[in-house]
Amino acid sequence: MLRYVTRRILMLIGIIFIISIGSFYLIHLLPGNITVVIEGPGASPANQAKLFKLLGLNKPIYVQYFVWIKNVLSGNLGTSFISQTSVVSTIRAAFPIDLEIMVLSQVLAFAAAIPLAMRSARKPDGPLDRVLSAGSFTLLSVPPFVIIVLMVLYFAIKLAIPNIGPSSYVSFSQDWITNLESLSLPAITLAIGSFVLYFRVLRSDLIATLQEEFITMARSKGISQRRIMWRHAFRPSSVALLGAAGINIGGLLAGGFVVQYLLSIPGLGYTLISAINQSDYLLVQGIVLVVAVGVVLINFTFDFIINLVDPRISRE
Amino acid sequence: MSNAFSMESAGELALTEEILHIEKPEKREPLGIFFWICVGWIALNIIGAIFANVLPLQNPLYQDYGAINTAPSLHHIFGTDDIGRDIFARVVYGSRISITVGAGAMLIGFGLGAPLGMLAAYRRGRFDLILSTIMYIFLAFPAIIATIAVLSFWTPRTLLKIIVVIGLASVPLVYRVIRTATLSVATKDYIIAAKVQGATDRRILLKELLPNIAPIGISFLLIGIATVVVLEGSLAFLGLSVNPPTPSWGNMINEARTVLAQNPWLVIFPSLAMCLFLLSLNFIGDRLRNHFDVTEVKL
Repeated sequence: MLRYVTRRILMLIGIIFIISIGSFYLIHLLPGNITVVIEGPGASPANQAKLFKLLGLNKPIYVQYFVWIKNVLSGNLGTSFISQTSVVSTIRAAFPIDLEIMVLSQVLAFAAAIPLAMRSARKPDGPLDRVLSAGSFTLLSVPPFVIIVLMVLYFAIKLAIPNIGPSSYVSFSQDWITNLESLSLPAITLAIGSFVLYFRVLRSDLIATLQEEFITMARSKGISQRRIMWRHAFRPSSVALLGAAGINIGGLLAGGFVVQYLLSIPGLGYTLISAINQSDYLLVQGIVLVVAVGVVLINFTFDFIINLVDPRISRE
Repeated sequence: MSNAFSMESAGELALTEEILHIEKPEKREPLGIFFWICVGWIALNIIGAIFANVLPLQNPLYQDYGAINTAPSLHHIFGTDDIGRDIFARVVYGSRISITVGAGAMLIGFGLGAPLGMLAAYRRGRFDLILSTIMYIFLAFPAIIATIAVLSFWTPRTLLKIIVVIGLASVPLVYRVIRTATLSVATKDYIIAAKVQGATDRRILLKELLPNIAPIGISFLLIGIATVVVLEGSLAFLGLSVNPPTPSWGNMINEARTVLAQNPWLVIFPSLAMCLFLLSLNFIGDRLRNHFDVTEVKL
């Protein structure tokens, strides 16, 4: 176990190192004079000099990396030349919204996927299983941006339900009911995508688990169906479910970007896209770095949890 | 020399076939009629994309101010958009972008990832260890974030850049799938038999391993194309793919979001076209996988 964790942590450090190099190198993909491109043609020489110093542009590229990483590690990702606010504070303001959408969507997805997968797995190829399997397979082919647009079209425009359409976001501290209403469509959209994945993974894993001998044993001892499902079958199958959830994080985040963009919810995704459109490159770089490191850390945590649930994995 | 070689290979082939026959009892799941409907639909899409400018379609860029936001009719079977362009023509032309990006990116992904994956699984040893570690590290890198990041900085965005970025981002995944598939085949008896008979590495890789992992590869290729089409759609939706007025399914849906209330057709038809295309690809991929019974390889 310890050896496994050490190896994973070394790998994690390697990955984060590569992400930092990638994020650092991004601004060198920009065409032309970097300070002019980043700050716009009307930038004052003083500001240009400041940025020049921040990025260490007069030095060789590997020194530039160290200048940059030193700033990053001390919490300085630069200052946006458009809003004149520091990149770190912008990210700090936007991030909780992403977190809220993600948590809401995952709660919904698990709440729907676990019971339905159990029902389905109890009678494979039964009527319910067929409907759910075909339905989830179809939904697999509907991208999140299509789901969200169609939901806005139906619920917010056709049925005219208030507070769920575009630009209706208010912060949680301001009015939590309206906040939840405004995040309902994003959460449901992302929940649908996750549900499809979790349902399919859990269903097929449960079907396999239910054929194991210890289930037959439990049945012959007269343990109730319900208890067998939760205590005997779900425990081993939850490893696959956790694995799927870990892999899903990246896609979830991208889906979150899309729904935020459509509904003008000022989370990281919306901030990122508007920063791209305004050529606010330092902000883009900062968000990319934070999000990429965040995803990797979440994946690592999931791996760790899976290990706690099923210690056999670290022994392979 | 060449005669001896062909004699040997003929004997070897007979042997492999015999073993193959023993190992694989014939109980393949039938493909079913829906499979062929999906194949037909994909073919129709591809033909439409290739011959869009030969087919009797209206100009996808022509703006008819006499017919703005019209509902489907005989003259415009999908209706027109907010500046009077024919939606049907735009949907057909839009498939070009999705299909080009999907096929192009997977060409790069498989072109690099598949040979590397096969070689690593066949050779094993240090080569495999180093390559797999590198690929594993890149696999942990959130590909979608990387794609958005690179495309936002690497301006101006062109179709080729989008294909290259998505294609490179897919290499580690393709590598892993092909490597796993090859590993499961490489230890089979007929590969060992071929080795014992003195077959060259090249021959084993191309004539023994490749045909046996091809079903998994093709199935994954189709699902991969579907994934790339969604990715390109998301990028287009966020305004990070090819620039308007060139139609693509993603940017049509993006443009439609501002006139949702006035013209729902504008979002419904490109969405439908995209979903049917994806559904067909996923279904074909899934069916092929069941048909060739490759469940032991977890994708």
